[in-house]
Amino acid sequence: MARLTNRFTWDWSPFREILQLRDEMDRFFGNAPRRIDAEFPSVNVWLGPDDLVVTTEIPGVREEDLDISVQGDTLTLRGSRGADTLGENETYHRQERPSGSFVRTLLLPYQVDPDQTEARLEKGVLTLRLSRSQTEKPRHIPVKAQA
Amino acid sequence: MANMQTKQAQSTDMQKTEAQTDAPMERTRSRRVFIPRTDIYERPDALVVVADMPGVDQNSVDVNVEKRVLTIAGRVESASSDQRRLSYAEYQTGDYERSFALSDEVDVSKIEASVSHGVLRIVLPKAAEAQPRRIAVTAG
Repeated sequence: MARLTNRFTWDWSPFREILQLRDEMDRFFGNAPRRIDAEFPSVNVWLGPDDLVVTTEIPGVREEDLDISVQGDTLTLRGSRGADTLGENETYHRQERPSGSFVRTLLLPYQVDPDQTEARLEKGVLTLRLSRSQTEKPRHIPVKAQA
Repeated sequence: MANMQTKQAQSTDMQKTEAQTDAPMERTRSRRVFIPRTDIYERPDALVVVADMPGVDQNSVDVNVEKRVLTIAGRVESASSDQRRLSYAEYQTGDYERSFALSDEVDVSKIEASVSHGVLRIVLPKAAEAQPRRIAVTAG
């Protein structure tokens, strides 16, 4: 399974860039297996005014097999999932589901407060809510009118 | 994404595989449909189908056998939020659908299915006459 570190920039659309790159890779390699973009797990990031929500699909990964850590503006997801162990006289007809361990590191757009982080694993979907660190919040500077 | 057009989900690709748009039948729900990544293995007494369907639970999955075709379908409600906007997206959500032709040896009346952590598991017991039987050979 893929093991990589991701840094994404928030000023432009990374999604578009990735798709462009993917198209170019496709043209270049033809039908070769595309290991290059095999990032696991895929994440979606929802941005709010004071918090952000990261969701990811990790079917079959149980709570005890998941390790989530936050430090400053870096989020690390670690986990693993085993395959069914087959006994004697048992054979695979088809094996498409990946198994093994994964590590994914994401750089968040701001520092988050580790004490105010919520993680929920439901139906194989992990939802993480991360609050912006108090000290990091932008402060409004009132402008005084001159008398 | 030229090489994602094959019907079978590719094990080398970590992304979800979307079902083809030129499917023989149109769908009533205007949602994306993905082909769940599936393992199938055979035990002496049964066939086991394991499918990754994140976002699906026991209330939103359908397992059907009709004319010896096993169809699995899952509905996933789209994620949305009033307070937050989707600012970075690597995956999309949608329903799941996939069908498999079954051989005659499956006992359709004894099929069992369960869902846990977004993984659907179906056990299809073989009919008694299809199960391997050891024939004792005696010395004559």
